[in-house]
Amino acid sequence: MDDPHGTSTRMASPTTKHNLYRGVVFGLLFLTWMIFSGLFDAFHLTLGLISCGIITWMSADLLFEDRTIPLGRRFKQGIGLGSYCLWLLWQILLSNLHLFRLAFSPKEALQPHIVRYETKLKTDFEKYLLANSITLTPGTVTIKIMGDTFYIHAISDFAAKGLDGEMERRIARIFAQQQLEKPVEAQTT
Amino acid sequence: MIATVISIIFIIAGLIFFIGGAVGLIRFPDFYTRTHAAGKGDTLSSLLVILGFAIYQLKDFESFSHDWLTLLVILKMLGISLFILITSPTSTHALMDAGWEDGTKPEIHPNRPNHLNDDCEKF
Repeated sequence: MDDPHGTSTRMASPTTKHNLYRGVVFGLLFLTWMIFSGLFDAFHLTLGLISCGIITWMSADLLFEDRTIPLGRRFKQGIGLGSYCLWLLWQILLSNLHLFRLAFSPKEALQPHIVRYETKLKTDFEKYLLANSITLTPGTVTIKIMGDTFYIHAISDFAAKGLDGEMERRIARIFAQQQLEKPVEAQTT
Repeated sequence: MIATVISIIFIIAGLIFFIGGAVGLIRFPDFYTRTHAAGKGDTLSSLLVILGFAIYQLKDFESFSHDWLTLLVILKMLGISLFILITSPTSTHALMDAGWEDGTKPEIHPNRPNHLNDDCEKF
């Protein structure tokens, strides 16, 4: 979940880095430790505390690259991502039904071709999310991303019709609504 | 009992989608369409099978204080499914991009466009 706002916001507001990010990273790491170890005696918890502490100290900014964004906004983005994933699961189911039908139909049902798709999304994480979503929706796979152009392999005409930009709008909505709130927060701080 | 039935339904649905992916892998004409079958079929079917296992773990669930180790197992399985959901499409891109860079010619329908070749002129 790195840098959903890009460098422009960083230049617009050269605010301090939020030190709470280290706390969040440490919490996530320690939660993972507890789930995967399953042992809650003092010895193993201490081991976990030490190793999570060292990892947080060394690489806290790997997970969240832009640490000037307030945590509340990150939290809202996380919730938006969660609901988006639920919608994506439904799309994956449709995609597999489509593939299942194609696998058992004659070869004339396939019209493989490669189309361009221009995107307005800016940051790497948004583009990554869009490319993965395109791959998981019916009959389309992203082959290449060059700048703002996606090259998409569509397996049939039906699949190419699905690229109407609805996914892009959903992704833009997750990250755009926070930018509207930005001036208000800038005044209060 | 209910958990067992639901988990069986999930696992069988996953296996059916695995069959669809395997048949597509054999029958589709070229590398790119086959990657469609492999990448998509595997994602949903692994998710369904693992979720089925996770639901099966709930069959003896009585109370939180008694069975919290079961909850840990379920959380681990959810972690695995999240990992698959992220990595499987990414590896599909990597395969397709490598195939294109290596010069694997896609089989394009005669009346349809190939915009990637228009812009890169590889073939």
